[in-house]
Amino acid sequence: MAKRKAVVSIQECVACGCCIKVCPRSAITILKGIHASIDRELCVGCGKCAKECPASIISLEVTER
Amino acid sequence: MKEKKKWYDYLWIVSLTYLILGFFNILFAWLGLLCFFIPLFIAIINGSKAYCNKYCGRGQLFSLVGGRFGLSRKKDIPKWMKSAYFRYGFLIFFFVMFFLMLWNTWLVFAGVKNLSTAVTLLWTFKLPWHWAYHGTLFSDGTAQFAFGFYSVMLTSTVLGFLTMVLFKPRSWCVYCPMGTMTQLICRAKNGAALQK
Repeated sequence: MAKRKAVVSIQECVACGCCIKVCPRSAITILKGIHASIDRELCVGCGKCAKECPASIISLEVTER
Repeated sequence: MKEKKKWYDYLWIVSLTYLILGFFNILFAWLGLLCFFIPLFIAIINGSKAYCNKYCGRGQLFSLVGGRFGLSRKKDIPKWMKSAYFRYGFLIFFFVMFFLMLWNTWLVFAGVKNLSTAVTLLWTFKLPWHWAYHGTLFSDGTAQFAFGFYSVMLTSTVLGFLTMVLFKPRSWCVYCPMGTMTQLICRAKNGAALQK
């Protein structure tokens, strides 16, 4: 079955960290103050971060595994 | 599964108190410099945006009022507002306005201009604010700076609230000049390692 994972548009990310606070799996970190990075192993594709992101630059994408 | 709140999750109280104090004694506006220097120091020394990510009381205030209290349409921010042009443009505009404010302060320090006990909202509207001024022990310039700095803080709060209502709660974070600046510093400091 296809799974959904959150994907960050790195170029547009403002690194505010709103997404970190809502992630129920603590799967998100801000890499060196530049952009958010999502641990694909931990992400369950719930979409909370995408909803919270003030710039709306996180999307859910279907992955193979 | 809710995570336990940390001490810094309550910094919105500090931000709110700061805004309120400005209504009673404008000299408290000087404390706002902390919101300028702490994020810069964290970015320069630590190379991170920990201030935005954890400690920013203003951001917390927006997510509280826009999120928990629901005072936000929670719509996507327009594309142009998150573009690099707008973000950097707003940063430059903010800087220019900030230096104009410092110049005005200097003129009062130098005795060229008289103290103006007004708060300028959105760089345009002069609001009478004399009731929050009870004199200063130092030069009138220190009070002029307080009025100028409080104008900057109030203006950005009003803009932030406006975009909070129209778009997502923390829309301000997208074009916040401090956020843009600290991200630029982090890019300059750590950028090469992360480019791909």
